[in-house]
Amino acid sequence: MKKFWKLMLRNPGGVIGLILLTVAIIIAVFGPMMFPTSPWRMVQRPFLPPFTNPMVTLGTDALGRDVFAGLIYGARVSLLVGLVSTTVALTIGVPVGAIAGYFGGKVDDAMMRGTEFFQTIPSFALAIVLVAILQPSIYSIVGAIAIVSWPPVARLVRGEVLSLRTREYVQAAVVTGQSNSWIIWREILPNTISPIIVLASLMVANAILLESSLSFLGLGDPNLMSWGYMVGAGRTVIRQAWWITVFPGIAILLSVLAMNLIGEGLNDALNPRLAKDSR
Amino acid sequence: MLSFVSQRIVKGVFVLLAIVVMNFFLIRLAPGDPASVMAGEAGASDPMFVQQLREKFSLDRPLPEQLFTYVKGVVQLDLGYSFRQQMPVSTLIAERLPATLLLTLTAFAISLILGITFGTLAARFAGTWADTAITVSALLFYATPIFWVALMSILLFSVYLGWLPSFGYETVGANYTGWAHVKDVALHLIMPAMTIGLFFMATYTRMTRASMLEVKRLDFVKTARAKGLRNNIIQRRHVLRNALLPVVTLAGVHSGTLVGGAVLTETVFAWPGIGRLLYEALLQRDYNLLLGVFTVCSAMVLIFNLVTDLVYRLVDPRIEFAK
Amino acid sequence: MSKAPAIAIKNLKIALPKSGERSYAVEDVSIDLIPGEIVCLVGESGSGKSMCAHALMGLLPDTVKTEAGEISFGGKNLLKLTEDGWREVRGRDIAMVFQEPMTALNPLMRIGDQMMEMFEAHGLLTPKERRAKALNLAKEVGLPDPERIIRAYPHQLSGGQRQRAMIAMALALEPSVLVADEPTTALDVTTQAQILKLIRNLQRSRNMAVMFITHDFGVVADIADRVVVLRHGKIVEEGSIDAVFRNPQHDYTKALLAAVPSMDPPARAPLDETNKAVDVIGLDKTYVTPTGWFKPDRRVQAANEVTFSILKGETVGLVGESGSGKSSVARLVMRLIEADRGTVRIGDVDLTALKGKALRDQRHRIQMIFQDPFASLNPRRKVGQIITDGPISHGADPKKAMERARELLGMVGLDAGSLDRYPHEFSGGQRQRLGIARALAMDPEIIVADEAVSALDVSVQAQVLKLLEDLKARLGLSMLFITHDLRVAAQICDRIAVMQRGEIVELKPTAQLFASPEHPYTRELLSAVPGQSSPSQAA
Repeated sequence: MKKFWKLMLRNPGGVIGLILLTVAIIIAVFGPMMFPTSPWRMVQRPFLPPFTNPMVTLGTDALGRDVFAGLIYGARVSLLVGLVSTTVALTIGVPVGAIAGYFGGKVDDAMMRGTEFFQTIPSFALAIVLVAILQPSIYSIVGAIAIVSWPPVARLVRGEVLSLRTREYVQAAVVTGQSNSWIIWREILPNTISPIIVLASLMVANAILLESSLSFLGLGDPNLMSWGYMVGAGRTVIRQAWWITVFPGIAILLSVLAMNLIGEGLNDALNPRLAKDSR
Repeated sequence: MLSFVSQRIVKGVFVLLAIVVMNFFLIRLAPGDPASVMAGEAGASDPMFVQQLREKFSLDRPLPEQLFTYVKGVVQLDLGYSFRQQMPVSTLIAERLPATLLLTLTAFAISLILGITFGTLAARFAGTWADTAITVSALLFYATPIFWVALMSILLFSVYLGWLPSFGYETVGANYTGWAHVKDVALHLIMPAMTIGLFFMATYTRMTRASMLEVKRLDFVKTARAKGLRNNIIQRRHVLRNALLPVVTLAGVHSGTLVGGAVLTETVFAWPGIGRLLYEALLQRDYNLLLGVFTVCSAMVLIFNLVTDLVYRLVDPRIEFAK
Repeated sequence: MSKAPAIAIKNLKIALPKSGERSYAVEDVSIDLIPGEIVCLVGESGSGKSMCAHALMGLLPDTVKTEAGEISFGGKNLLKLTEDGWREVRGRDIAMVFQEPMTALNPLMRIGDQMMEMFEAHGLLTPKERRAKALNLAKEVGLPDPERIIRAYPHQLSGGQRQRAMIAMALALEPSVLVADEPTTALDVTTQAQILKLIRNLQRSRNMAVMFITHDFGVVADIADRVVVLRHGKIVEEGSIDAVFRNPQHDYTKALLAAVPSMDPPARAPLDETNKAVDVIGLDKTYVTPTGWFKPDRRVQAANEVTFSILKGETVGLVGESGSGKSSVARLVMRLIEADRGTVRIGDVDLTALKGKALRDQRHRIQMIFQDPFASLNPRRKVGQIITDGPISHGADPKKAMERARELLGMVGLDAGSLDRYPHEFSGGQRQRLGIARALAMDPEIIVADEAVSALDVSVQAQVLKLLEDLKARLGLSMLFITHDLRVAAQICDRIAVMQRGEIVELKPTAQLFASPEHPYTRELLSAVPGQSSPSQAA
């Protein structure tokens, strides 16, 4: 475990990513305590430029709402949606992929038809359709993102399990008479953890992008202030008040960047060790 | 090759059919009675229209019969009627499709050419500042939401610099013809195409770079050096050709996202394509139109995937046209 | 007999990066390559022989540095050349043939085009002339149907054909020096014999100086004029082939030569014919790959009516080349894959009729040792867990299982502290011992060794084989030994079954098989084993 952290920290990108993520988590968790006023409340004159009033450091929007407060509450939504939808997608994708890869044959064929179906459908368009039909709420958003995100997980896990299934130590487990579930849990899955972790961090990044895009189009949960919504709301007044669209966009950019950097750092940290192990 | 293409087309038809069936059930998932859902916000206010729909889709009949009627309609290219726009959905889509094709294909071409170029450069100068600059920029473009890039580029190029038009397909009311028209459209095309293009360029840059670095270590590159070949020939003929294979696969995988990116871009730039149509349908809760556009998007992705798969098999002699 | 050397390595010293196990890949090595002579560079893995070869072409990896020495060719010191200078020399004066022909050829280019590149690299001839030359070269190296092969892609050729194509490429510009880095190691023994003959003939007709790298003393015996033995980057012995083989001076050379199994099978004790441990009857297995709707599926028959038995205490060898089906038969006997038809009986129990838990309960009676020491142990589990997992899952008490594991480690020659370590901390030979311990933990009656020593250096191989023989005798085991190496089979098997394309073509007691083989394939196989013709200890 210690060796892992050492390797991870050697990658400068990974370090930056971790720092950004920590900042985001702190803001998400502690922010609302420090800024108890709801971001929907009108607190000042509309269209106040940033850095002019110390009470509203980043200015106000068309309805006089504090942009900075919006950023803080938006962090919650983005991180929450990112983490929960990724978890749900993993919960669906990992078992599907593992079973398809391990048992092969008809089971594999059937499951792969399913993933192929989902991968043909343009994922963002499907997310839009799902949220539109199920009515926008945080549940439908999380559900829609999870539904469009699980096929790549299943593909990856299936590929790994397929290649591991013919690995000699797995055959040794078969030969010493282990049961199927034991083999999948103890021999195969632990050796797939690394690529799954890397994929998971990239999925969180993607989920944040999807959520902000959905909110931008007006499909966000109407009760929750989200970064995407802020950008969408500020779109029509972009000439007069650039700050309403710029700051939330930067927030999205930094969070997605953070998760991507972490994913790359994880990849570098976990893979060379694996390479050494298998040699 | 013919058997491969026909197999894939048949499979594709089945997938589309499955999508249509899925649409059928999605409509019933929405709150409210399916007829008013299909009529959309605007149409639901007109009871006669709703009654028409009820009869047309036999909504009083048992479920399997409804499914059959619905699918039959779609197969005959009747995707329903948009009350709000007062036109058949298929007509609306047919009108707007060319604009989207222009946008997505241009964006794809830009992203591929620039992506491969930068990726090759980054691999060539791996470890130097040039490599870092390219990799970091790619990372930044990859992490930025497309709609924000669109807005920022409008802010920069239209509002502050005034170089490029900020919306639409052509200058309204100018009625250009011939070469002037082409130039006008091109000017309007630049920002939307670059917006989508930059995002995918980042992906291809990273993939090309990683792939080239990996191929460089392979044995046949050593053989090429042992022959005394010059470095740029080795790079081009041996490294690049092999390194581009995974990029082709990636292009196929990303075709779905390309369409998604078009939706956002067309919305911001008011580009008259089917992406924008999807957004309009969304605003008006016009579910017929929504699902119709969705089905067409899926068909586009299918065709794109087929083409990239074909290209891959043509380029790599090791893969036969079987499964 | 001192002709002027075509190329001479003098006191070469190549430094490894700081993190390596030792500081020098090659230390103070001097070798002369004389026209018309084949010099064999022998050594085990890590001896530095490959580095010497790459140094001759200026193809050393960027991570190593040449600290001292020179390579003298045509009056110049090659080590002082710039990259441009090297490019002139490569291919034209010095050419190289690599070990793995599949990866050494660009999979996206036709064979002919890759051959023509040789001429293109040095700006010679017009495209039409190049094509004609390529065709001639293909004929010269004995490629069948040269017109078609020129237009083929690498994956459409067999291993032997690819290696011939590589040799053709190397000889295109008629270089004076040829460097061959383990060119036949990846080939079947019969193909190897052909390629060795080809290299010898070509070398003689063109009077080239050849440096031939190998770890196989049989090959050295067949092909070398002079031998240079390397160990840990230093030369420990060199001389003419007669001198080194008949009268080795250095202890290491003596040990290496002694470790090579002889082709002469020892006498073996008779066994009780009625006591059968394993009975294999009529195994059939065909692999089918679907190829779409309009073409017939591709079928490969891995096992065709395979029938044999193993007596208690006997070692039966299954020998054959790649594609013979021997590995498949091993896996069929273990029920790792399912046969289409046939029966496998262990004692009274019909293994092929069992399913689920009943099968798992019987599995302990027949255990396997795998080929790849690096892939046969789960990298994420400790050694103790790996050995005790099997017994514990069948209900053994964990404490007792650990005790037994400790015992077993002692039996295979490893210390008890290994229980808490991870596989990557052990060497290849040690990992094979761990694999043996794991197999023995199940108290089996039969051991199936699937190329269990093929991935090991020859000295380590000898130790592991001895260990297997000892354990077998001590524990009263029977063994099914799969190998492609006839020497090993000669020393360790009571009976040998020769397989070709899924069929057993001959099954006889070892001594009889070697003395008077009946089937033409057996004869071909036996005569192809390198190192039999020279009067040395290795024959």
